[in-house]
Amino acid sequence: MTDVFNAIILLSNFVIVPGLTYGSQLALGALGITLVYGILRFANFAHGDLMAFGTMVAVLITWWLQSMGVSFGPLPTALLALPVAIAVTIAMALFTDKAVYKFYRKKRSAPAVFVIASIGVMFVLNGIVRFIIGPNDQRFSDGERFIIKARAFKQITGLNEGLAIKVSQGLTIGITFLLVGAPFWFLQRTRTGKAMRAYSDNEDLALLSGIDPERVVMVTWIIAAALATIAGTLYGLDKSFKPFTYFQLLLPLFAAAIVGGIGNPLGAILGGFVVAFSEVGITYAYKKFLGYLVPESWEPDGLLQFLSTDYKFAVSFIILVLVLLIRPTGILKGRVI
Amino acid sequence: MSNAQRSALAFAIMAGLLMVVGFSQSWPLMLTILNLCLISSLMALGVNIQWGYAGLFNVGTMGFAALGGVAAVLVSKGPVPEAWAAGGWNLFMAALLFVLTGAAAIVAYRPIPKGPLRVLALSGIIIIGIFAIRYFSDPAIADIEAVNPTVTGYLGGLGLPILFSWAAGGLFAAGAAWIIGKITLGLRSDYLAIATLGISEIIIALLKNEDWLTRGVKNVAGLPRPVPFEVDLQKSEKFIGWTEWLNSNALEGLTASERGDLLSALVIQHSGIFVKLGYAGLFTVVLVAVLSLSVMALNSPWGRMMRAIRDNEVSAAAMGKDVTGRRLQVFIIGSAVVGIAGAMLTTLDGQLTPGSYNPLRFTFLIWVMVIVGGSGNNLGSVLGGFLIWFIWIEAEPVGVWLIDFATGWMDETSPIRIHLMGSAQHMRLFMMGLVLLLVMRFNPGGILPEVTKARTQKEIDRD
Amino acid sequence: MSFLSGINMSGGYGGGADILHGCDISVDKGEITVIVGPNGAGKSTAMKALLGMLSLRRGTVTLDGKDITRMSPQDRVKEGMAMVPQTNNVFVSMTVQENLEMGAFLRRDDIYVTMEHVFELFPILKDKRSQAAGELSGGQRQQVAVGRALMTDPQVLMLDEPTAGVSPIVMDELFERILEIKQTGIAILMVEQNARQALNIADTGYVLVTGENKFTDTGEALLANPEVRRAFLGG
Repeated sequence: MTDVFNAIILLSNFVIVPGLTYGSQLALGALGITLVYGILRFANFAHGDLMAFGTMVAVLITWWLQSMGVSFGPLPTALLALPVAIAVTIAMALFTDKAVYKFYRKKRSAPAVFVIASIGVMFVLNGIVRFIIGPNDQRFSDGERFIIKARAFKQITGLNEGLAIKVSQGLTIGITFLLVGAPFWFLQRTRTGKAMRAYSDNEDLALLSGIDPERVVMVTWIIAAALATIAGTLYGLDKSFKPFTYFQLLLPLFAAAIVGGIGNPLGAILGGFVVAFSEVGITYAYKKFLGYLVPESWEPDGLLQFLSTDYKFAVSFIILVLVLLIRPTGILKGRVI
Repeated sequence: MSNAQRSALAFAIMAGLLMVVGFSQSWPLMLTILNLCLISSLMALGVNIQWGYAGLFNVGTMGFAALGGVAAVLVSKGPVPEAWAAGGWNLFMAALLFVLTGAAAIVAYRPIPKGPLRVLALSGIIIIGIFAIRYFSDPAIADIEAVNPTVTGYLGGLGLPILFSWAAGGLFAAGAAWIIGKITLGLRSDYLAIATLGISEIIIALLKNEDWLTRGVKNVAGLPRPVPFEVDLQKSEKFIGWTEWLNSNALEGLTASERGDLLSALVIQHSGIFVKLGYAGLFTVVLVAVLSLSVMALNSPWGRMMRAIRDNEVSAAAMGKDVTGRRLQVFIIGSAVVGIAGAMLTTLDGQLTPGSYNPLRFTFLIWVMVIVGGSGNNLGSVLGGFLIWFIWIEAEPVGVWLIDFATGWMDETSPIRIHLMGSAQHMRLFMMGLVLLLVMRFNPGGILPEVTKARTQKEIDRD
Repeated sequence: MSFLSGINMSGGYGGGADILHGCDISVDKGEITVIVGPNGAGKSTAMKALLGMLSLRRGTVTLDGKDITRMSPQDRVKEGMAMVPQTNNVFVSMTVQENLEMGAFLRRDDIYVTMEHVFELFPILKDKRSQAAGELSGGQRQQVAVGRALMTDPQVLMLDEPTAGVSPIVMDELFERILEIKQTGIAILMVEQNARQALNIADTGYVLVTGENKFTDTGEALLANPEVRRAFLGG
């Protein structure tokens, strides 16, 4: 029996907890991508860099707070910086909309034009972030590091395998579970939220109903930027902050949004976890896990790893491409292309 | 101003900018920039064939360029017999099983009716196939990579002159484009963009991790060259004599030792320039050839059909044009051009470094070139390639200069000033985005917009 | 002067050729006005011109005596003009009730009185209030579409071929409801393919041909007019 527990703890430690953490980060980011797609009708290539921008602001404020001697006890100081960072990022998103996208919206340009414009915004944001904070890894987490340490867990339970949960992991999962409900409540229950759904569903009819498109777009950017900042900061606390990594997150984010069904917020969250668990699950070596469950003589020779960890990033791209080919509308039906 | 005049003026200004670099910075630097301008132009031309002619939103340029780089290695590097001996047999078996698995899947696909049974059967075939392949490929890869890993650890190539790899790079990219196009061209434009972006990342991941083929992140250095090495030139009597003749004025009236010193300095300098000019010459030949073919193709009935498909897919299909087939064709051609350029780039670098492929530089920058130069206009893409690469390189010194100027009033040791000076190189990303956005907004056709001349009745009748 | 009138309207979509050539349409409160005519006569275009969805090169549009020729469609909606487009006229992913709420988006007063009124008019919608509009049958969707427009509490209701693609029974039913809506005293303008049935309930009928008024009379008179019968009503 202990072997079964050992196996479960082993899997929790290396697959379930990291998968939930990474999935939460992707879900929050993908939610932004899917909202922008649903309302503004284009794939925003600048979303990864918007996350980087938001996180950079959070990092800078955190450093300033730390230098002032402010701390948040066992929790990272970055949480205190988050509200300001969100506000700054929202301002940035609204500014890019006013300066760039609004023009093409008025002209009713093709989606490809919006995408190319978002590539321009991507370059600009990328340049700003690297200019201000540099291209290197930045650490900004502080406070306690672990909720449970592996050794303490072993002592308490007497198992071979220890479970370690980092504060950043617990925070990510907790905040995400608290937060994901908010957009749905907003979209389902509030007047503005319903107007957003109406606009996404049928733009012309929304205009005939007197819905103000500019207001809908503004609210969309506010939500997307806020979620991007939170997701980015949580990711940075969990790993570290490096601008290029955030740019690379773009593909897992798109993968999550499309796998779940683009334009469908529930799908974005589901997609985030699907992508995260595939990445972690396919590159994990199951040898030790099976070792606990099967008799010794059955134990496999190989590592039982489907793909080497080098292909971690490639997994999300493969899922993305497969979904695009097999079921372009995603798991939960998104916008039909 | 006519279109021809506009183009001539734009290229004259571009030449002038390069001259300024030559005079104010240095000629070798100017030639380095020129060579990369030529390669960039070729890549931009490839993207323009896809986007400008047919409206295909391919954001996978990086992958095709990298395949060209692989071609350079596989064509020019000598084979590694020990590696072939160690893992060749197993690798052959793995390849055979790969083909068999594919064949079995295709054979099983048709007779089984659509539904869960087919999914089950196909997944079964593929999973069994993967295990069978890995049974042979895992030891093969381990054996190959164990052969002298610091120097080889891979199979090597064919040992042919590297110039062949340019054609091979085009073929590699074309082959990959055929497969990718078959599966993705049905998607809406921005989905196609995301799919191609993902596929290009997969290609790079393969290059980085399949060490037996490309040595992965250990890189393959010391590729052969299509032009002589500087050291060989410096030893060549003929080259020294030629340098002497070229600089006879400067060398006149000097003492023997002064003369010798100056001459050897000049020989070193000239050998560098000579090599760079050699590359420039080769690249120019390829660029001019591809450009002429593109211009001819665009003005042919084929080119008109492509634009008709781009502008109105539905009506083109209604007129009986094979839209899917044509799009695949143009996707392959454009990707092949990028592949050629990728092989040329790796040839110029003299090494394949899979870790250096970055979508900002190899995909999105090329897109900026096409949009800024003028999508749909071949000369525009070439100009865009030149101009954007020029800005990309020169943004850094200009940025440093600007920041130096702007922060001149600060103390030399001011941390803000030091930080800004250090960050100046990142200005170029910002500049690229700004240039792209400004051109899109205020000059959406680009510097040299697409030429849409009214068609004569004769042309319409002929189609 | 009529409540809503377009006088001498000429224009087309964007930079395209003119579709309307000096067309006049007037609608009065408590009356049903129907535009009929052959395909491509500019019937729907005339209606869209009244709502400002194309820019007129000549002519004026007035609402309740006020010149609204230069007003945007959104502002006209605020002024009390509601339209039911021919296609894509419901929010398919939203429930029936949400569709109705969206119709009342601009209103700040109590919308539930109007909603009850809509439910009285179309009782089936009350049963299906929490079902997605995309899941309803064609006739029910049309009811949602009309209901959504009524929720704006309009003074003018414009219907673009409301019976296109629905069965004759549903059509009769829908016309019944439109007559009921007329009783509430709002002005109704309708473009119809089913000319005979539409003229039956019309107070005023316009026959348009190539963007010009060919005949204008009461519905009854047009139905009795032999020339109209021969040319447009199939004898």
